[in-house]
Amino acid sequence: MIRAFILALLMPLAVQADTMRMAVTTSFNNSGLADVLLPAIEADTGLQVQLLVVGTGQALRLGAAGDVDAVLVHSRTAEEAFVAEGSGTHRREIMYNDFVVVGPVDDPAGASDAATAADALTRISETAAPFVSRGDDSGTHKAELRLWDSAGIAPEGDWYRPVGAGMGAALNTAAGMGAYVLSDRASWLNFGNKDGMAIAFQGDPVLFNQYAYLPVNPAKHDHVKAEAAARLEDWLVSPKAQALIDGYRIAGEQLFTFNAQR
Amino acid sequence: MVSALPLHLEAATLRRRGRVLVGPVDLSLDARDGGVTVVIGPNGSGKTSLLRMMHGLQRAEGQVRWALPADEARQRQAYVFQQPIVLRRSVLANLAFPLRLRGVPRPAAFAQAEEQAARFGLTGLLRQAAPSLSGGETQRLALARALITQPEILFADEPCAALDGSATREIEARLVEAAQSTRLVMATHDMGQARRIASEVVFLLHGKVHETGPAGAFFAGPKTEAAAAFLRGDIVE
Amino acid sequence: MDDLIAGLAAAFRLIVTADPELIEISIRSLQVTLTAVAIGCLLGLPLGAWLAVRRFRWRRGVIATLNALIGLPPVVVGLVVYLMLSRSGPFGVLGLLFTPTAMIIAQVIIVTPLVASIAHQAMRELWAEYHDLLISMNATKTQRILTLLIDGRRALLLAALAGFGRAIGEVGAIMIVGGNIDGATRVLTTAIALETGRGDFALALGLGIVLIVLSLLISGASHWAMRTERQGRW
Ligand SMILES: Nc1ncnc2c1ncn2[C@@H]1O[C@H](COP(=O)(O)OP(=O)(O)OP(=O)(O)O)[C@@H](O)[C@H]1O
Ligand SMILES: [Mg+2]
Repeated sequence: MIRAFILALLMPLAVQADTMRMAVTTSFNNSGLADVLLPAIEADTGLQVQLLVVGTGQALRLGAAGDVDAVLVHSRTAEEAFVAEGSGTHRREIMYNDFVVVGPVDDPAGASDAATAADALTRISETAAPFVSRGDDSGTHKAELRLWDSAGIAPEGDWYRPVGAGMGAALNTAAGMGAYVLSDRASWLNFGNKDGMAIAFQGDPVLFNQYAYLPVNPAKHDHVKAEAAARLEDWLVSPKAQALIDGYRIAGEQLFTFNAQR
Repeated sequence: MVSALPLHLEAATLRRRGRVLVGPVDLSLDARDGGVTVVIGPNGSGKTSLLRMMHGLQRAEGQVRWALPADEARQRQAYVFQQPIVLRRSVLANLAFPLRLRGVPRPAAFAQAEEQAARFGLTGLLRQAAPSLSGGETQRLALARALITQPEILFADEPCAALDGSATREIEARLVEAAQSTRLVMATHDMGQARRIASEVVFLLHGKVHETGPAGAFFAGPKTEAAAAFLRGDIVE
Repeated sequence: MDDLIAGLAAAFRLIVTADPELIEISIRSLQVTLTAVAIGCLLGLPLGAWLAVRRFRWRRGVIATLNALIGLPPVVVGLVVYLMLSRSGPFGVLGLLFTPTAMIIAQVIIVTPLVASIAHQAMRELWAEYHDLLISMNATKTQRILTLLIDGRRALLLAALAGFGRAIGEVGAIMIVGGNIDGATRVLTTAIALETGRGDFALALGLGIVLIVLSLLISGASHWAMRTERQGRW
């Protein structure tokens, strides 16, 4: 027993390879794309990228505190503020995916007949069909609030349920309640508990979701691995990355569209 | 050789929550080898309290003065409690314990412990857990352990209480043997035992030393009425 | 019901195929928890014994604080350690955030008060029993504490077990300070939280079963060690 303790104490707990840390959003990680990209990154650049999977708000805060070397998120205004305050050196758009409105298969609000995203949300609020909101200040949550705003609705009442949780947990809650929920397509396709739920609305360009890569500013935090972050950026905009991103499929569907400027 | 004795008590008093348990006591213990001081008195008269006070287990008022500094003096004493305390270890480890505390290396301490066990008839019990010993065996272990450091002075608080005749005689024999080289202070209820081994008597009553003197004179003709009554077996109030 | 059966099947598959990721996560879980418990015992056991043996002015206060610390919500511990270790926090230069070391630090803080408190209870009883003897034999303070620790080792083993139980199943604090990084700081509990979040109940349940089996094994082993000890020489 004692010997085991001592051994455990002496054993190095983490191998120090050429590593860097990147904060990414839950939705990106849940898409499964990371599982395809990370091995390729390691093979091509020798970089071991450690992902911190958090909400957009926390991801940017981790970058601002210098606890990660780069950030990959999808919330344009917050990203621009991040660069403006000097926490990041610049913002580089990489790819986009889109949001979908998920709801009960029988679609009580008739959202599938809507012409626009705003119209779909209006129908939900008018029928007071239950709607689960992330309520966690994430990029998805912010996108949802922008949509309500464009529909001219202030969502309030018993039918509107902010859960303050990640995408998977929000989908779980919605499935349990028979509620509508705004989800990124990737999280939805990867979600294992789809029983009784289906996409109620999709395709409106306002639902597109732009991902951007932001290296943390080494002038603010001198320990930041700026060289590694630059190497990762070069890879992310490479044709190899483009092929992997555009080629990624779940259940035969393409999730992400590469749109980086070289 | 320097000695912890003589021990002088001057107006020594033990108090607990305002109540005097024993004292004030004025008493001297000289360095005479082979001396056996027997402390007698009715239940609750303060025998245990007196022994504990002398040994320094409780802080006393007045003076409890050894010929050596308190810490060095303690190192030359041993105590056998009225309710024997054994460690939750084997008999062997219990015997070796005082030596180990004094820094004797383990093999040497264990070898000495085995010799001591042989002297006290504990050899067959060496590997047994001490808390599982019988009452008599426990008393024997406690005495053997107390004597393993060859103390200059041994306090024994009713070491034969609750033992049958043969066990009592056996413990008594060990005590007499030990008294060859150790000053012995023993509390007892057994007047026969007191007569057999005492060289000096302290008779306690209501927490005070009521009468004290050489054993021969005391048992032949106690000076106080209470002591006489106690020796007769009367109830002493 | 289906989820439960699927979970059992997934767990079975993971174990039988000796899934490398599962093994890596389990070993890391054990490494972090055992290290934290070992350090927690190194600190908590002597502290508990010391509190039982020494009378000093702030003793009651320290004991009360200890008992209050047991109820400390792990997420709060995690948050505080996070803020301390963050690059913009006071210990940021150490670069420990999101490493197993950070997880160990958080768990040590969670485990130590529990271990110390249980040790204190046990040591207090033993000390009441041994007090007169140890004073009479002129044992030094260190010797007194050592004697209590050695003779009370069964109770101390239970204290360590309780600490282990609390640490191995803990998720809030290590999620925050470890970051649940795949291949670096992902342990059983955080992996379960992740899989549940993804709606992958089968895998989550599978990992949960592994976790339960693991802690049953360890506690069984300790009980076994305790019994053989009792039959032997004490
Ligand atoms: N720790 C204590 N607190 C309060 N009172 C005590 C304490 N220890 C002893 N006493 C009291 O002091 C008195 C003397 O007790 P002591 O144990 O010295 O008597 P004793 O002569 O040894 O009796 P016995 O023959 O029954 O062993 C008793 O009345 C006892 O109740
Ligand atoms: Mg008594």
